[in-house]
Amino acid sequence: MECVFGLVGKDFALVVADTSAVHSILVHKSNEDKIMLLDSHKLMGASGEAGDRVQFTEYIQKNVALYQFRNGIPLTTAAAANFTRGELATALRKNPYSVNILLAGYDKETGPSLYYIDYIASVHKVDKGAFGYGSYFSLAMMDRHYRSNMSVEEAVDLADKCIVEIRSRLVVAPPNFVIKIVDKDGAREYGWRETIKDTQVPAA
Amino acid sequence: MSIFEYNGSALVAMVGKNCFAIASDRRLGVQLQTIATDFQKIYQIHGKLFIGLAGLATDAQTLYQRLVFRHKLYQLREERDMKPETFASLVSAVLYEKRFGPYFCQPVIAGLGDEDKPFICTMDSIGAKELAKDFVVAGTASESLYGACEAMFKPDMEPEDLFETISQALLSSVDRDCLSGWGGHVYVVTPTEVTERILKGRMD
Repeated sequence: MECVFGLVGKDFALVVADTSAVHSILVHKSNEDKIMLLDSHKLMGASGEAGDRVQFTEYIQKNVALYQFRNGIPLTTAAAANFTRGELATALRKNPYSVNILLAGYDKETGPSLYYIDYIASVHKVDKGAFGYGSYFSLAMMDRHYRSNMSVEEAVDLADKCIVEIRSRLVVAPPNFVIKIVDKDGAREYGWRETIKDTQVPAA
Repeated sequence: MSIFEYNGSALVAMVGKNCFAIASDRRLGVQLQTIATDFQKIYQIHGKLFIGLAGLATDAQTLYQRLVFRHKLYQLREERDMKPETFASLVSAVLYEKRFGPYFCQPVIAGLGDEDKPFICTMDSIGAKELAKDFVVAGTASESLYGACEAMFKPDMEPEDLFETISQALLSSVDRDCLSGWGGHVYVVTPTEVTERILKGRMD
């Protein structure tokens, strides 16, 4: 029951994802980072089948880097979103990827943006978006409390509200979440929200 | 649930006196969940030609990109815009190419042809054209739309009347369909201008 959600604030965009890696009833790990940094100013939060998620997001990350090497300038967020959609759409009728993506980025000219990219390659620019069972709760909380041009503190507060809802109302709620932010200074991790810490295995 | 009802849509085009109107709803959904309330379903191909794409959003986006590509090539070769009748044949051919693995879309095409004579048509997902002199409908709300249009349509309406009629027909039909709605998007096109209006209807 993977939860990914995101929102756009004043000059920044936030993406939050759960961090459990699950196979049927077993939790392999609780600190799996599902939000990939595509480049200095882009974040890609992904949810879906484990192998597809890692393979596809790494493929997009490397192609975004290749574009920058070849052309000397980075892709805009809109261009990266449309490239991702194109790759998903081409594969859709051959060998589909089961990955849902929230792509957040900051461009100097256009500011922050968030793109909702479905696993069947529908793309839409949104102010707030979410995937998974957690979306029923996080989208509702964001519909209630979201305003445009929120500050970082207000946005993280809203994200925390969503996490509280997911934890209390989703039957197989993931214990830990990671929050990443992208603004004019770049894309970076903002913080973790943990209720379960992996125990450290002592060195042999 | 049918694949045509995955995202939800309502599209209608009507002919007036030397003008036409094309209208759509604004919802982007994933089955029962609403993702966005500002999703564009009507695209402008050239100054006097519009196409609305109902059905699966990812195929609507792919199909739109392919059609724009073909029209731009046509413009380069012929040094003029495509006539609506020609464009309709192009869309039909593009759809029939995928006869045994179709795009899950129903297009609604509306344009001003030779001597600014209004032209509308719709087709099914494999390109069976349906020309009409009065109105055409598509999408999950199509049955309600047929009824509403049949009751409200009068031939040779002026642009203002046409706008009122198509708006009322659209809003009353989407109110009976849970998968479409959240407002309306209406384009009224005369030989001299294109008027775009957003409708506020029941937001549910």
